[in-house]
Amino acid sequence: MESGLRPQPGRGPFSPEHRLKTCLNHARQLCLRLLMLVLLTGIMTPALAMEDGILTALAGRDFAAKSQAVSQLIEAVATGDAQARELVLSLATNDVPNVRLNNILRQRIGAAASVLALESPDRAARAQAVQALLSSPPPAVLVPIVEAAIAREQDAHLQERLALLTALMGLQAADAGQRRDAVQRVAETGDPQYRTRLLDLLERNPDGSWVEPDESVRQATTEGIASLDAADRRARQVGTVFAGISLGSVLLLAALGLAITYGLIGVINMAHGEFLMIGAYATFVVQNLFRQYAPEAFDWYPLAAVPAAFLAAALVGVVLERLVLRHLYGRPLETLLTTFGVSLLLMQSIRMLFGAQNVEVMNPSWMSGGLTLMPGLLLPWNRLAIILFALIVVAIAWLVLNHTRLGLFVRAVTQNRGMAACAGVPTHRVDTQAFAFGAGIAGLGGCALSQIGNVGPDLGQAYIIDSFMVVVLGGVGQLAGTIVGAFGLGILSKTIEPFWGAVLAKIAVLLLIILFIQKRPQGLFALKGRSVEA
Amino acid sequence: MQRRTLLKLATMAGAATLAGRMPLAFAQDKTPIKVGILHSLSGTMAISETSLKDVALMTIDQINADGGVLGRKLEPVVVDPASNWPLFAERARQLLTQDKVAAVFGCWTSVSRKSVLPVFEELNGLLFYPVQYEGEEMSRNVFYTGAAPNQQAIPAVEYLLSDEGGAAKRIFLLGTDYVYPRTTNKILRAFLNSKGIKDSDIQEVYTPFGHADYQTIVADIKQFSQGGKTAVVSTINGDSNVPFYKELGNQGLSAQDVPVVAFSVGEEELRGIDTKPLVGHLAAWNYFMSVDTPANKTFTKTWADYVKSANLPGGAGRVTNDPMEATWVGMQLWRQAVEKAGTAEVDAVRRAIVGQSVDAPSGFKLTMDGNHHLHKPVMIGEIQEDGQFEVVWNTEGPVRAQPWSPYIAGNEGKPDVVA
Repeated sequence: MESGLRPQPGRGPFSPEHRLKTCLNHARQLCLRLLMLVLLTGIMTPALAMEDGILTALAGRDFAAKSQAVSQLIEAVATGDAQARELVLSLATNDVPNVRLNNILRQRIGAAASVLALESPDRAARAQAVQALLSSPPPAVLVPIVEAAIAREQDAHLQERLALLTALMGLQAADAGQRRDAVQRVAETGDPQYRTRLLDLLERNPDGSWVEPDESVRQATTEGIASLDAADRRARQVGTVFAGISLGSVLLLAALGLAITYGLIGVINMAHGEFLMIGAYATFVVQNLFRQYAPEAFDWYPLAAVPAAFLAAALVGVVLERLVLRHLYGRPLETLLTTFGVSLLLMQSIRMLFGAQNVEVMNPSWMSGGLTLMPGLLLPWNRLAIILFALIVVAIAWLVLNHTRLGLFVRAVTQNRGMAACAGVPTHRVDTQAFAFGAGIAGLGGCALSQIGNVGPDLGQAYIIDSFMVVVLGGVGQLAGTIVGAFGLGILSKTIEPFWGAVLAKIAVLLLIILFIQKRPQGLFALKGRSVEA
Repeated sequence: MQRRTLLKLATMAGAATLAGRMPLAFAQDKTPIKVGILHSLSGTMAISETSLKDVALMTIDQINADGGVLGRKLEPVVVDPASNWPLFAERARQLLTQDKVAAVFGCWTSVSRKSVLPVFEELNGLLFYPVQYEGEEMSRNVFYTGAAPNQQAIPAVEYLLSDEGGAAKRIFLLGTDYVYPRTTNKILRAFLNSKGIKDSDIQEVYTPFGHADYQTIVADIKQFSQGGKTAVVSTINGDSNVPFYKELGNQGLSAQDVPVVAFSVGEEELRGIDTKPLVGHLAAWNYFMSVDTPANKTFTKTWADYVKSANLPGGAGRVTNDPMEATWVGMQLWRQAVEKAGTAEVDAVRRAIVGQSVDAPSGFKLTMDGNHHLHKPVMIGEIQEDGQFEVVWNTEGPVRAQPWSPYIAGNEGKPDVVA
C-alpha cells in the first residue's frame, strides 16, 4: 500500500504505530470536512430557503405576499447578504424567469439595484445609478449604504449629484435645521420633478396635525414650491414656443411647394397633399431597402431618403403638369376639380401598391430621446432634426429662386407672364421646372412627416387644408410670406391649445385667418405691382 | 286549326306557370347563409379593424370546415366603410337590404355603432359588436360581445388607485373626441368623486381623430403630475395612438412615474411601435394573447395557421387581441343559436342566443345574458418589451355587465334585460 510517507529510520511503513497514525490522520480530515459541510449547510440553508420563499412569492398572484417578499429581500441586502444582492441585481435586469412583477415592485427593486450599483468601479454605471435614485428614492434600510458611497465618491460631477441626493434624503432628517437646508437645496435646482417630494412635507395626518411639525420648515417648503413653480412656468413657455416652432417647420415644409406653384402658375393644386404622401412613401421604400440590403447602415437611411423623396414627388409633378395642368391654364375652377380628381387617383394607386393601411416607418436610433435644455424641458431629437431640415430646405429654395437662372425666370414669369415671354423666357418650360421643384419640396416635407406621424394613403388629406391656410395667410410670390405664415400659425396654434384643447384651437385659428383676410385679402407679404393678379 | 294552336299555346303556358310555382324548398336547404362583415379597412381606424375582418373570415372558414351551420355553408360579405361614420350606415343598409345577410359582425368606434343602430332597428337586423364601449345602450338588435364600463374602465381605475397599481392621487383623462371617451370619462369622474378624488385632481383632454401632435399634451401630463402621483387613463382610438406612445417614449415619461392605462390599445396597435420605452404601461381588457390556457393555445395556433395560408401582410408578426377574441366568441354564439333555433331568421336567433355559452380563449366560460351582453373576466396587463402584455391583475371569474352605469344620473329605472 503506497502511503507516500517517507519511511522513518527504524520504522517501516507497515509498523502498527504508523498505521495507527495514518488512520487517525484520515479520521481527523474526515471529521473536519464533515464539520465544514455542516457549518456551510447550516449557514446556506436559511439563505437558500429565504431565496426560494421569495421567488415562490414573486411567481404567484398575491400582491401582499409579493410586496412582503420584496421588503424581506431588501432587508437582506441591507444586512450584507451576498445571495440577496445577486438576486436583486438579476431581478432588476429581468434575468430571473417565472417572476411576475408590476410597476411598483419593479420600482422598489430598481431603487435597491441602483443603490448596489453605487459601489461599482465603473463611473458610467455610478452616474446612471445616481440619476435613477434621484427619481426613485432609495429604501430607508439601504440609506447607510448610500451614505457610505457618497463619502467614498471622488468624481466632482458625481459628488454634486450625490449632494442633491443627500438633500433629498435629508428631507426626512431628524433635525429641523437639516430639513430646512435640504428643502432650500432642492428648491435651488429649479427642477419641477422634485415638487411632489416637497409637497409631501405639507401633507396633513389623518387626525389633522401636520406631518412636518416645524413651522420654519413648512415656510421654507412653501417658498421652495413657489420658486419651482416659477421655474416650471418659464420652462413651459419655452416648451410651448418650441412646440410652435416645430409645428411651424412642418407647416412650412408642407406649404412651401404650394406657395411656389400657386404663386407661379396660379393653379389651385388640390393634389398637393398627395406630393407629401408620395415623399413619405418614398422614404418607406428606402427604409425597406436599407433594412433588406444594408441593415448595419440603417441609421443613415434618411440621408438616402431625402433625394429619393424629392425625385419621386418631382417626377409625379412633371407628369401632372405636362398631362393635365398645361391644358387648363387660366381656368381656375376646372383646375380645382381636375386636381381634386388627380388626388383621388393618386391615393387609390398608393392603396393598390402598398395596401390601404398605414405603413411603418421607424425612426433611426439617433432620433429617439431628446435634449434636456432646462430641468423640466426636454426637446425631442426628431423635432429638432425637422426644424433644422426645414431651415435647410428654405435656404435651398431661397438660393434657387434668387441666385439661379431658373429662379430668375420663375420670378419673372410670376410677376408678368406676358412680358417675360416677350423677353424670351421659355415660359412653358419654366412652368414645368418650377412645378417639379415645388412638388419636390412637398416630397421633402413628406419625408419629414414620416418621422413624426403615421404614413398612410390619406396622409396628404390631413395637411392640404393647413397648407392652403399658410399660403393664404402669408401671401404668394415671396418666401418670407410662407415662412412668417407657417411659424406664426404654428406658434399661435400651440399657444391656444393648452387652454382650449386641440379641436377648439384649430377652429380659433381658422376664424382668425378668415377675419385677417377680410382686412388684407392678399396676405401678409404680397408682391407689389399692377399686374400681380394677372 | 286556330283553336288547336290556341290550346297548344295555353297548355304550354299553363305548364310553364306551374313549373315556375314549384316549391324550391329542397334546393334552399343547401344555399349558403350570408354573413356581413362591417369593419373599416382604410382610414384612421384601419389599424385596429382590419384584424377583426381577418379573424371573422378565419372563423367562417373554421365553421365551414366543421360542416357549416344547419348543414349550410357561411358566405362572408365584406364591405369597407373606410372610417367614415355615415358610410357605415350606408353599408349596413346595403348588407341588410341588398345582400340580405343573416347577421352582421362589425363596428369598432361607438360613433360607427350609433350611426348603424337606427338602420338595424328599422330593418330588424342583427349586429354583433365586439369592442369595449361606454354602455348606455341595450338594443334588441345588437349583441355586445365587448366590455361594458364595469367590466373594463371601473376595475382599471380602481387598480390605479390601489397600492398595487401605484396609489394614484390625480387622474388625467385623455381621449379622442367622440361619444365613447366623453361618456366613459363622465362615468369615471363620478366614480372618482365617489372615491374621494376631487375635480381639481382630475383633468380631461380631448383630441380629434387622426391627431398626430402630442407634444403639448405630454408636457401637460408632466405638469399635472407635479401636483401629486398621477395616472393617465387613455381612451385614444385609432392610429393616433402611435404618435402618442412615441411622444411618451421620446419625452422619457416612464410607467413608474406616470402609468398610462389604455382602453383601446391592444397587441395589434402596439405592432408598429418600439415598445422598449413603454414597458410597464398598462391596458385593461378581458383577454390577452399571452394568457396561458389550452383554449388560447388552440386559438392562437389556428390564427397563425390562417395568417400563413391566407398570406396576410405582417406574416409571423401578426397577433391576437381582445376584440378579435370577442368576434370569434360572437360568431360561435350566433352559430349555436342558429343551430338551436333551427333557422337563421333574426327573431328566432335573438330568442335562442340568450343563455348560450362558449369556452373562450381567455380560459373562462362566457355566457350571453338577457341584457345582450356577455359575462366577462377583467384582466389588466403591463406592456412588455416584445409588444405582448403580462397580466398583473385579474378577477376570479366572469363579471356580469352593467350597461346602464350606476354612476350616470337617471339610470336607476332602466330595464335590466332586453324586453
